[in-house]
Amino acid sequence: MKQLFERLRPLFAVTDFKQQRADLAFMHIPKDYAEMLIRHLRDHEGFSHLVFFTAVDYIEDGIFRLIYMLHNYETKDTLGVHVDLSRTEAVMTSIHPLWEQAALYQRELKEMFGIDFPGSPGVDEGFMLEGWDEIPPMRREFDTRAYSEKTFFPREGRKKTDPRAHMQEQLYPNEGEK
Amino acid sequence: MTDSNPVNDQELPNDGLTYPDTEYYCKTRPVPVAPHFQAMEQVRNWARANSLSVQAFGTGCGAVELRPLLTARYDAYRFGVMPSPTPRQSCVFVIGGYASVKTLKRIVVSYEQMQNPKFVVALGSCTVNGGMYWDSYNTINRIDHYIPVDLYISGCMPRPEALLAGFVKLKELIKAGKCEGANKYAENFDWYKANQKKIIKDWNMPDYNW
Repeated sequence: MKQLFERLRPLFAVTDFKQQRADLAFMHIPKDYAEMLIRHLRDHEGFSHLVFFTAVDYIEDGIFRLIYMLHNYETKDTLGVHVDLSRTEAVMTSIHPLWEQAALYQRELKEMFGIDFPGSPGVDEGFMLEGWDEIPPMRREFDTRAYSEKTFFPREGRKKTDPRAHMQEQLYPNEGEK
Repeated sequence: MTDSNPVNDQELPNDGLTYPDTEYYCKTRPVPVAPHFQAMEQVRNWARANSLSVQAFGTGCGAVELRPLLTARYDAYRFGVMPSPTPRQSCVFVIGGYASVKTLKRIVVSYEQMQNPKFVVALGSCTVNGGMYWDSYNTINRIDHYIPVDLYISGCMPRPEALLAGFVKLKELIKAGKCEGANKYAENFDWYKANQKKIIKDWNMPDYNW
């Protein structure tokens, strides 16, 4: 995997190589070159399988990190490609020409994170949430607990008592320290 | 009984439907059904309690418990409980655990299509207070705000034995004439409907699916 990274380095602006296991590694690439790199990996390095494609919200750094997980059936290697997007301008090149099924991941990312993929088939249609009118729920500024309490009629919790005070009141109301 | 009640004469607006669909659904509200004289009602309740048809609609992870329950392993047919394929042919609705907003929409449709008298058994802690999904953005906390519930079976998940015990209890309640969920739904129809519409934002179905 390290050799693969050394091969890619003259061609693309890949950085932050990290070998997680013997058959699992990650590398980072700026947004504008990501599609080129992934196409190169698919066509020339044998990473023909898109395992999954997801995003992580790093709200402290102001970025969404997209993770393209690719697999090579020949060498049994798995490679994760990290791409950072600005949270304020969350738009990314669609990879549905490379793998058709990526359109579904992109539809999900649009709905759950609000990351747009212009040109991806059906990206503006609803994916799972019917009639959702808040900010996308997987963004970390979305307070799911407050939303649940506001919306779903929470049942009142069990009544709790401090055991010491309760027993003292029950058994020895006039004794002991108060 | 309630024909004199002016509220029940109002037509349902069916605002969620567009033109051709508005013609296909009725606009009348559900009407509470008054019980017959006592002896008749007791005979009927005895008959109702001993032939429970469970609707084949698994709404959450608890639905996996229904398969062993209704088939040879636990064989609920011994208790007069049998599966039935569609809402219109069934009288017991087992809510199998958590219900997301999307599922709740289907639950409401199925519940309203069931014929009177109908009973709801809510299964698992998610239906009671949300369970482990109590702070989730898409899982409802209390099913009894959206449809009337006759019996809760707690646990996460309750075993098929617990369900059998629940069915025995349900039969006791039916025989005692305490399962009036359908009438409760008809009487508090506006309250239930307001709760449903509060969380189902894209209401694109008739107000009463019958």
